[in-house]
Amino acid sequence: MPDYAWPDAQHRTLIGARVTRVDAPVKVSGQAKYTYDVHRPGMLYGKVLRSPYAHAKVVSIDTSAAEKMPGVKAIHIVQGPGSTIHWAGDDIVAVAAVDEPTAEDAVRAIKVKFQQLPHLVSDAEPPKGSAQEEGPLSIDAIDDMLDNQVPANQMVSTIQRDGLIKKASDEDLNMLKADGATDAVLEAIRSATLHPEASAKPPSNYQKAAAQTVGDPDKAFAEADAVSEGMYGIPVITHCCLESHGSISEWTDHEHLFTHISTQNVSGIPGQMAEPLKIPATNIRVHQDNIGGGFGSKFSPDRWGIFTAEVSRKAGGKPVRIMLERDTELKVAGARPSAYARVKVAAKNDGTLVAWQSSSWGTGGPGGGGMPPIPYVFRVPNQRQEHTAIRNNIGPARAWRAPNHPQAAVLTMCALDDLAAKLNLDPVEFFGRNLNLTQQREHTYREELSIASELMGWKQKWHPRGQNASGDTARGVGLSFHTWGGRGHASDCDLTIHPDGSVELKMGSQDLGTGTRTCILMVAADTLGIPMDAIQLQIGDTTYPPSGGSGGSTTIGGVTSSTRRASVDARDAVFAKVAPALNVQSDQLECVNGKVMVKGDSSRFLSWKEACSKLAVMPVTMRGKNPDKNKPPDLTNSGVGGVQMAEVEVDTDTGIVKVKKMVAVQDCGLVIDLKTAESQCHGALIMGISYSLFEEKVMDPVTGRMLNADMEFYRLAGLNDIPELVVHMMTGKGYDERGVIGLGEPPVISPGAAISNAVANAIGVRVPFLPLTPDRVLTALEQKAGA
Amino acid sequence: MRDDDENLKDANHSSESPGVSRRDFLKISGISVAVPLVAGPKMVMAAGQQVPVYGPGKVPMEFAINGKNHKADLEPRVTLLDALRDQFELTGAKRVCDRAECGACTVLMDNKPVYACSVLAIEAQHRPITTVESLIEGGNLHPVQRAFVENDASQCGFCTPGFVVSCKAFLDSHPHPTPEDIRRGLSGNLCRCGTYEGIRKAIAQVAQKGA
Repeated sequence: MPDYAWPDAQHRTLIGARVTRVDAPVKVSGQAKYTYDVHRPGMLYGKVLRSPYAHAKVVSIDTSAAEKMPGVKAIHIVQGPGSTIHWAGDDIVAVAAVDEPTAEDAVRAIKVKFQQLPHLVSDAEPPKGSAQEEGPLSIDAIDDMLDNQVPANQMVSTIQRDGLIKKASDEDLNMLKADGATDAVLEAIRSATLHPEASAKPPSNYQKAAAQTVGDPDKAFAEADAVSEGMYGIPVITHCCLESHGSISEWTDHEHLFTHISTQNVSGIPGQMAEPLKIPATNIRVHQDNIGGGFGSKFSPDRWGIFTAEVSRKAGGKPVRIMLERDTELKVAGARPSAYARVKVAAKNDGTLVAWQSSSWGTGGPGGGGMPPIPYVFRVPNQRQEHTAIRNNIGPARAWRAPNHPQAAVLTMCALDDLAAKLNLDPVEFFGRNLNLTQQREHTYREELSIASELMGWKQKWHPRGQNASGDTARGVGLSFHTWGGRGHASDCDLTIHPDGSVELKMGSQDLGTGTRTCILMVAADTLGIPMDAIQLQIGDTTYPPSGGSGGSTTIGGVTSSTRRASVDARDAVFAKVAPALNVQSDQLECVNGKVMVKGDSSRFLSWKEACSKLAVMPVTMRGKNPDKNKPPDLTNSGVGGVQMAEVEVDTDTGIVKVKKMVAVQDCGLVIDLKTAESQCHGALIMGISYSLFEEKVMDPVTGRMLNADMEFYRLAGLNDIPELVVHMMTGKGYDERGVIGLGEPPVISPGAAISNAVANAIGVRVPFLPLTPDRVLTALEQKAGA
Repeated sequence: MRDDDENLKDANHSSESPGVSRRDFLKISGISVAVPLVAGPKMVMAAGQQVPVYGPGKVPMEFAINGKNHKADLEPRVTLLDALRDQFELTGAKRVCDRAECGACTVLMDNKPVYACSVLAIEAQHRPITTVESLIEGGNLHPVQRAFVENDASQCGFCTPGFVVSCKAFLDSHPHPTPEDIRRGLSGNLCRCGTYEGIRKAIAQVAQKGA
């Protein structure tokens, strides 16, 4: 059996080193092509008429004037008369024309009559007694679960428990399948108990979503030495990918579609487009060289991906480009659900946590959304939680980098930090005392907490709350913990070695800017003992072996595992041909520095080129897979922990918060490229500062529209907002041998809680909700003064 | 026009500018003109004066981009950014916010950085335009580009070309920047992946070595 295991530290040439990302030169020179940059011959430009109302019925559509306009090539009604619209900005009619201005004029010439319906865009605390009990599901509710990426097994158990309001039609089932329902979910729907009486009840905006009790919280609260109560929250924010969502689609003949699409999920797109377009998935080719940001919002072709193909079909198959405009991107192309909670926590005098109680709510738009995993990281022995999901008209939610975890971190770590303050304990000491509640990650967290404290200079910087101010400037420090899974996804790749020594690797994956290309090449080059630039890597096309979508920090584990197995097998095929020439058994050979040589005898070798020439005329192609039980060991793993600390300065006159320093200490098993791994952490800290201080999707209760759908008032952190950033990756013994684990999400989880805790430490009072804007800081200071 | 560059206040008001000034527009508003598919300016009598009117149909235009002459028939409402991307396939400058907020479309016009999304193509005629594509010389990356590569200053890379052009222009005018200069001078570009740490290091490196 070949040895697929990761080489140990002495036998690695590239893995674990700091390697410059391979696609940086094409990116810095403007040569990297993104979907938005694709210019196909004869390409038409699409524009979309959108609903101005958050909740409305389409009454009539008149496209006659637009049809007569010169240059208009196709008009496609996306949601016709009778359709109900659930958020402002939803697609109604798509138009393709010879250029963008003409398409815009055509959209303006279309007349749509809407009947407005009452809307809700608030996610304020649900009125008492308003929440509907969990009950039979509608097809819409199931579709919402798909939109919210509820795991299939959870969907099946919910459907089995609650039943359906009415029997699902074949059309319903097809629609759900197109939206990503698995066979198990479809089967659960077919066999669900029916409760037709339930449909008579008007649906409420408020739905009880979860309630659970662990241990005996009442007794634990009664016996505790200290109890802290507070309200915490984190609003809806958007993904704001710089490359908006969209695609360029063309029909190469009546049955075949070629689409360039901005996606995190190249291999998974055809299967989602086949059913709605009524062609087999085999007839759909997807290509993407680069993607300008996804962050969890680009797994599906989306309705606009489907209708771009439909518009192209109506235009005789000509390429049609529809990329969302910036305002639409912010309104409809994804948002992170909000989460708010009233939390009560209790501990003994020495800081030992004993009880947690939370009543939480939040919205993921029309689907409502679930309860974040609270209490987070720390398994408090006695708990009671209830959660109410608010279904409203703000637009749909999508997975946002570490779904539900940043929310859980804010609700948990801020509440625990307030309890520590009540006990007059240094948070490092308080959290340290409770690390046994983190179970299997305890040792990691303990190491990380100590390193982070050192790097922050916590001992010198921490003072009890509100006791580190001079004049109108207050300084403070705060911390937070987080966890994530990150096991590698399913991934196939083909590695081919040609008799001339050239090597190519093909994989239907994508590089989100996380360094995926670089890491694949590092693993292949390390295994074959040749330079990275001697390997031609092809990704981003459905003609290559399928590899999973880049979500949940699963890419690095998946692509490196399949690459390692393919590289080992291809290398061993070369060894088998070379062994007779060097007169040894093939297991006595190794690949080092562009040579195939006898282990322990550097005088007996062939150059890589000579070795490959032994293949005679036929290249050798090996398929690498992940997971692959037949080719152990498992090269990936799951479960990481991280600790972050923030130092802030608050101007108590203006309420302006400045982050002065952030420290991230993170493990992710075996690090492939230390350089891009550190960049991931830097990026996550920066994104974290951005959502902690600035970002919020602001909705207008009167019109139901998003008020800040641009990049001036939907503010992202700029270079000026970024402080000293310190990143420490946990590597070496105890970490490397765990295998490769994902890193995309974990470091973006903690900044909100760490920064909020630092502000509380500085000004001596909690600012309950993110973002920590000047008005919120001043309000909290005022309340403190008045208290 | 970028509001973080104080030198640019008058850049868009050169006398040979062929667009319609606000005053001219007020004079001619209300006059309806037949619209040929492609046309030069139409002279219209308004308030006792001959006033040139461009569009709303396509107008022949000529540009000096990266030292080369480019021609296209475009409507006067087309931006420089859309002309670069859709007519001349110079797609390094990106369309992100499309309203002068994020800097992803930054190019040099008259050797000064501008947001190409907020300059009308018709206004940019005959003025030297430099895009990110031209910074490579003889196959070699510009020092700013090399520093971006070495300091891992790009992730998804969508903001990167705009940043590279801004940094080049900034370092040309501030060869020895203080950290405060850097913070101020590059606050007109936004990144979503969070590459500012690498960008900061890249600029410091070039400033130290000299471009």
